[in-house]
Amino acid sequence: MEGLVSLAFKAIFVENLALSFFLGMCTFIAVSKKISTALGLGISVVVVPSITVPANNLILNNLLAPGALAWAGFPEVDLTFLGLISYIGVIAAMVQILEMTLDKYFPPLYNALGIFLPLITVNCAILGGSLFMVERDYNFAEATTYGISSGIGWALAITAMAGVREKLKYSDIPDGLQGLGITFITAGLMAMGFMSFSGVNL
Amino acid sequence: MAENHKSLLVDPLVDNNPITLQVLGICSALAVTSSLQVAFVMALAVTLVTGFSSMFISVLRNHIPSSIRIIVQMIIIASLVILVDQVLKAFAYEISKTLSVFVGLIITNCIVMGRAEAFAMKNPPMASFVDGVGNGFGYGLILMLVGVIRELFGSGSLFGITIMETVNNGGWYVPNGLLLLPPSAFFVIGLLIWGFRTWKPAQVEAREYKIQTVEAH
Repeated sequence: MEGLVSLAFKAIFVENLALSFFLGMCTFIAVSKKISTALGLGISVVVVPSITVPANNLILNNLLAPGALAWAGFPEVDLTFLGLISYIGVIAAMVQILEMTLDKYFPPLYNALGIFLPLITVNCAILGGSLFMVERDYNFAEATTYGISSGIGWALAITAMAGVREKLKYSDIPDGLQGLGITFITAGLMAMGFMSFSGVNL
Repeated sequence: MAENHKSLLVDPLVDNNPITLQVLGICSALAVTSSLQVAFVMALAVTLVTGFSSMFISVLRNHIPSSIRIIVQMIIIASLVILVDQVLKAFAYEISKTLSVFVGLIITNCIVMGRAEAFAMKNPPMASFVDGVGNGFGYGLILMLVGVIRELFGSGSLFGITIMETVNNGGWYVPNGLLLLPPSAFFVIGLLIWGFRTWKPAQVEAREYKIQTVEAH
């Protein structure tokens, strides 16, 4: 349990997907103009990986890993090279299912998150979460924790960024830096702030 | 036609650069640039994937029903990325370890998807291939620029070959450690964008908010 708490802390602050691995940057820059939309997208980024990372973990351990197909009578088959295509397939399918479920049973939530869900499939933070899970050999419990907390970290970063940008539009910025340029520099300063968590160890 | 292909290839380098203007594919641009060699391999991989995926998608464009086009594009791109990944693991294992998840993330690199969606679905295969390669070069150009700045000033070397002897090895250059850390990538790209837009003022974004000048009395 303690291991999981420390893993969650690390995923949210120290190894923040947005600010120290630069994942999901395209949407991070494009959708961080207003706090309300940033928060909506942030919540979808928490919801989707908390389903897809554990799901991909099950697929990896029961279908793809060397020897995983022993139950089907193929003990020496190694399908890990199919990993990438299966993970992205799972993510695309999950997003589609989530979209349909929300539309049918939770219309208010669908109205709030609906427009962001298609963006999620191509958000690198989602695929990145699954790939880090594979690279670091997480078990099922760790994968679930990592999925949820990495999403929380990303949501935290984009909401903070939107807060800064809402104020920033009133400031006098040189013409060439307007928009994209200053956003990058702000993100850099935020990344430096988040680096100060790196010494903290639970 | 040849004229046209040339402009498709050259335009994305500066005038319509995928990173500084279209805001596509930034994730990997920031993450893999702390050494030039890695940045070079990454740029090459992205160029190949973008070129060939645009070409294949363009060949199939009249047969793809529009409701499932994203999935079809994803599968084509993912297959190409798996190829690149396996080749890197076989022939450049060290580099593939350093790139870690970022090779896989080419799948979700917005440049590849963006060009497939915006160009390859409407244009013939050859033009799409050239457009893909052009955008790959535009991406590579920024990647190499950032890579040069970060590696040269961060560790005093280029492609791993020492250019400026660092103090630790008995030389004169005090390396700037910040440039090897993640935040510096943001600063370098932000400043590059500033430079690009000062050079090409047409790319400057309009202000959302006009600041009033106060008359001095």
